[in-house]
Amino acid sequence: MKWLPVLIMLLIASTAHAAIETYQFDSDSQEARFRTLTLELRCPKCENQAIGDSDAEISQDLRAEVYRMLKAGATNNEIKDFMVDRYGRYVLYKPPLDRQTLVLWFGPLIFLLIGAVAVAVRIRRSKNAMDCRGSDA
Amino acid sequence: MSRMLVWLPLVLFAVLVGFFFRGLDLNPGEQPSALIGKPVPEFLATDLYTGQSLSNKDLPNQPYLLNVWASWCITCQVEHPFLTKLSQTLPIVGLNYKDTIPASTNWLGKLGDPYQMQISDPNGRLGLDLGVAGAPETFVVDARGIIRLKIQGEINDRVYERDIQPILEEFKP
Repeated sequence: MKWLPVLIMLLIASTAHAAIETYQFDSDSQEARFRTLTLELRCPKCENQAIGDSDAEISQDLRAEVYRMLKAGATNNEIKDFMVDRYGRYVLYKPPLDRQTLVLWFGPLIFLLIGAVAVAVRIRRSKNAMDCRGSDA
Repeated sequence: MSRMLVWLPLVLFAVLVGFFFRGLDLNPGEQPSALIGKPVPEFLATDLYTGQSLSNKDLPNQPYLLNVWASWCITCQVEHPFLTKLSQTLPIVGLNYKDTIPASTNWLGKLGDPYQMQISDPNGRLGLDLGVAGAPETFVVDARGIIRLKIQGEINDRVYERDIQPILEEFKP
């Protein structure tokens, strides 16, 4: 009975391993970078999955490419640029901030501001209305 | 002023409806290629039939289609008759993508080979440099070797007339 927890742990450990294919990394930090990158890069074929989440053939290829580049000493930005050069901006889950993406980044903020102004105007107006009634009485 | 403001939500709503309505026709799986306006990437590959090495120098010096296909790809079989017809007027270069030599030569033997040249890309290396996500994909390349258009999926008379022909006209040598 005292083996049960050990058994369970072993089972968990084996499934955790299955998810990372058969890649061997030089260090834990390299493996961590691999995981982050494969979750930040989007599968070009499957719309809403990262290449690290997808079983599509192209995702397997791109994962292998990320792995190859990491091993060759490429930086995260070099790997992302490599992918963008081939598959376009679409592959980045986190779009960079520049002229083309300004609306994307600040659009929500603008709407929030419009809302805040509208609320402020309303509050002020109803306050004025109350004041008027107050002076009437 | 406040009377105008009353219409603001409706206007915003109408704008949103406009965006969504446009979105209905868009295919999110269809990505514009990142290689439009750029030359065909440098490559070293082999000829599917002869095993001889091929590079950019071997590509046609006139406008052509670069068609990414594979024997495992059903849609490639669908567009094959159209490519056969088109090959009489426009050179088509095949990029045999992630396929095996026996399977692909067998496929071509059965259906016919309209391609001017067959580049073998068994592990998808050249495909990756071209930003290929699957098959079929077709690139329109001009006489200077610059990629002008990419079509994902089947090409047929309709796609040719609507998308490919105007590009060929525009970049006529």
